[in-house]
Amino acid sequence: MSDRVELAHNALGRQVPTMVNGKPQIPFLGVGKFQPRGRKAAPPICSSKDYPDNGDKRVADLETALRKCGMRNGMVISNHHHLRDGDKVALMALEAAAKIGIKDLIWFPSASFPSQQGAIELMEKGVIHHIEGSMNGPLGDYCTQGKMRGMGVLRSHGGRYQAIQDGEVHVDIAVIAAPTADFFGNADGSHGKSACGSLGFALADSTYADRVIVVTDNLVPFPCVPWQIQGNNVDYVVEVESIGDPAKIVSGTTQITRSPDRLRIAELVASFLRAAGIMKNGFSFQAGAGGIALAFVQYLKQMMKEDGVKARFVRGGSTKFLVELLQEGLTDYILDGQTFDLDGVGSMANDARHVATSPFTSYNYHGKGNFASLVDAVVLGATEVDVNFNANVVTHSDGRLLHGIGGWQNCLFSGCSILALPSFRDRIPVIVDEVTTMTGPGEMIDVVVTERGIAINPRRTDLLDAVKGSKLPVRPIQDIKAEVERICGGKPARPKLGDRPCAVVKWVDGTVLDTVWQVG
Amino acid sequence: MSSVETKPLPSAEAGHWGAEIRSDLHVALEARDSGGIELLLESRVAPYYGNAIMEQARVVLAELGVKHARVAIHDEGALPPTIGARIEAAARRAGIGLDKRWLPEQHPLPAPSPKDRLRRSRLYLPGSEPKYYINAALHAPDAVILDLEDSVHRDEKDAARILVRNTLRAVDFGSCERMVRINQLPLGLEDLAEIVGESPDLILIPKVERPEQVAEVDRMIGEIKSRNGITRPMWIMPILESALGIENAFFVAAASENVAALTIGLEDYTADLGVVKTREGHESQYARARVVNAAHAAGVQAIDSAFGDVGDMDGLRRWGEASRALGFEGIGCVHPGQIRVIHEAFRPTAAEIEKAQRIVAAFEEAQKKGLAVVSLGSKMIDPPVVHRALKLVERAKAMGAIL
Repeated sequence: MSDRVELAHNALGRQVPTMVNGKPQIPFLGVGKFQPRGRKAAPPICSSKDYPDNGDKRVADLETALRKCGMRNGMVISNHHHLRDGDKVALMALEAAAKIGIKDLIWFPSASFPSQQGAIELMEKGVIHHIEGSMNGPLGDYCTQGKMRGMGVLRSHGGRYQAIQDGEVHVDIAVIAAPTADFFGNADGSHGKSACGSLGFALADSTYADRVIVVTDNLVPFPCVPWQIQGNNVDYVVEVESIGDPAKIVSGTTQITRSPDRLRIAELVASFLRAAGIMKNGFSFQAGAGGIALAFVQYLKQMMKEDGVKARFVRGGSTKFLVELLQEGLTDYILDGQTFDLDGVGSMANDARHVATSPFTSYNYHGKGNFASLVDAVVLGATEVDVNFNANVVTHSDGRLLHGIGGWQNCLFSGCSILALPSFRDRIPVIVDEVTTMTGPGEMIDVVVTERGIAINPRRTDLLDAVKGSKLPVRPIQDIKAEVERICGGKPARPKLGDRPCAVVKWVDGTVLDTVWQVG
Repeated sequence: MSSVETKPLPSAEAGHWGAEIRSDLHVALEARDSGGIELLLESRVAPYYGNAIMEQARVVLAELGVKHARVAIHDEGALPPTIGARIEAAARRAGIGLDKRWLPEQHPLPAPSPKDRLRRSRLYLPGSEPKYYINAALHAPDAVILDLEDSVHRDEKDAARILVRNTLRAVDFGSCERMVRINQLPLGLEDLAEIVGESPDLILIPKVERPEQVAEVDRMIGEIKSRNGITRPMWIMPILESALGIENAFFVAAASENVAALTIGLEDYTADLGVVKTREGHESQYARARVVNAAHAAGVQAIDSAFGDVGDMDGLRRWGEASRALGFEGIGCVHPGQIRVIHEAFRPTAAEIEKAQRIVAAFEEAQKKGLAVVSLGSKMIDPPVVHRALKLVERAKAMGAIL
């Protein structure tokens, strides 16, 4: 990492680098203020004459495929994260590159997981130069300790699509893990022993990368149906024994929280949607797979039944609980970005109303609209939120990288974005004066629900009016903050962060929202 | 040179730590004969509250008169009242500062508790588990019980009563009645000595068999209250848990003006009888009916035993409804999830409320006209029926069943 980094203040007053990994950056200008111009990136034109007439693109192994793709030092190599912590393909590809003797790769996963901490050794050896993608656990620590040679770039799922589409990131070789594929490269995620449901995160990689390799442990005779990935974009197909550990790809069952305090938060969120009139016939919502979000779905389901209300669609991260809504006729569709448990995978494979979506349809900000802004309400988490409703999802209050952004930023465009949070964790208050790392501007965050009350963003006078007269514990955010600080014995000390940027947080339009500083 | 007899310096520990522990801490204290205080801190919240913990530890140790010691703290995100309690427990176990106290900042006391207040649900909070305290009131039980008896290991009784004392003083329990279940006598008297000064609203005495036990507790509470200048009431709820206790139910309930309610513990009661405790509870039908009758005879509330299966909400609802039908006014709960079900079970039906309101209206009408006889349509209403209707309407208002 170069030690001299020029910094500028963006529209929110956050200091951000003007140059990241040798590329000039635009500091965040405000929501909806940046106007992109020009034409989208495009992969090279290919010809069928260079591909086998019989459609058989199989090669012996990944190393061969990478060599045939013309792998060189400094290339960008990408993976998707639909196999989550069970993925074996990303490290397989990076290690194959190491075997060829490749150096200075930029690894561009749609997210990384703790089981991929082998990437640290590959960075130490110089095989990987830096990671552009979510980093948590050991990889997050490696980055925030300033050990990575390049700067980390954190993007939302939609932002990653946007970056590829706009040519900010050019993927040289995409290596796509496929739970089912045919020799032509058609690939599907919802079948096979390593089934993961959707393969949506790999869509951009498959359409924009120079070279595309599909790796599967379930090769079926042509045609592989449905083809979530089209073989016409694929150069080579590699068959392996196993692409991942099924137990870690999807959980057998997703667990609802049993904590009474978190259940209370979940119920308050559902009660809020009901009281505010958002829960009405034909509405839509999105909730993730966290314990509070799952419990929220159960409470909302009960209220929908009581009031005779049916949703038009719900957005996944799908789980058994969304599948039950579909099966019980409480929603017409599940529009699913990723699939968290076996019920979700089974439903997507067998029910046409359970639709696989991609970051292009759902999240991409540089398109002709996206689904996220059509959703009536979304329930999200955060590590911190400040009195101006700005929120942090990527770092701990001590500055260490903790989470990727995921679809979080993209979801903020829904009609009502709700953060559902305990008001303190251990002794650490969640509502702070100023977030450690800005991940979502406060103007996009409408409601903060804690076990001690519901804070509505004063900008949303419509929501404040809608719940006036209800029995909900609606309170000013400062009020909840003051109470928690009283309980915790005063404000927490602010850990001192370093002055050296080690990663940046991008906004959905590719501008730089904030900086993650080196810790300690 | 004079020969100096050297005694080994005392050391002791208190509290808990580990990956599974939340909101608690472990304190290991080794007394020294010189060198001042050496503090060592490991904490999962060190970047945020490390300095605050160190500072608090020094204040607490000074207050307790600990001058020379090595004190190692392993903190798992404990809040200040717990930090103080664990340090104090360690010091006392080491035999230091036995006559001294460190008290956390006082949270304003809630209004004194009326003798006849709603007591539908009382949430048990184990006396050694600080993580449950801070959010207990959010689940809105009518009462919380800080338990020093069965949920606290015999070796932890001393530390638990310090923790409960600090909790009574510093934690906001909202509009919940603040109850403490002390240990069986005589150990329970030591509990009283520690906690009565912090004005709990009600003391539960376990395994009561004779009225003298209530009188003894009542006397001790009275003494401590007058020593501390406490004038607000501190009610007593005896728990009958044996055949003998049930036989003496009325005398126990009538043992003091300060008895506000009488309750029954079915685990021990069925054990005493040598019968199996069943879901239907036929084996305790007699004892429960006897408790209801004795309580009413003594003019106090009858409160039913807790329902132990936290996963069975339908069973809880049936138990609660049967309980109310028998004449009980509440039951214990061991999980916040039970509270709402209990409140629903003890809520009068709409028909009951409506009938009671009509009787009350007729009564008020008769009062206005100066009539001694209350009548509704062609029916004359007896005074006990009027009394019951008045009480039901008042209760329904308190429950929010009537706006």
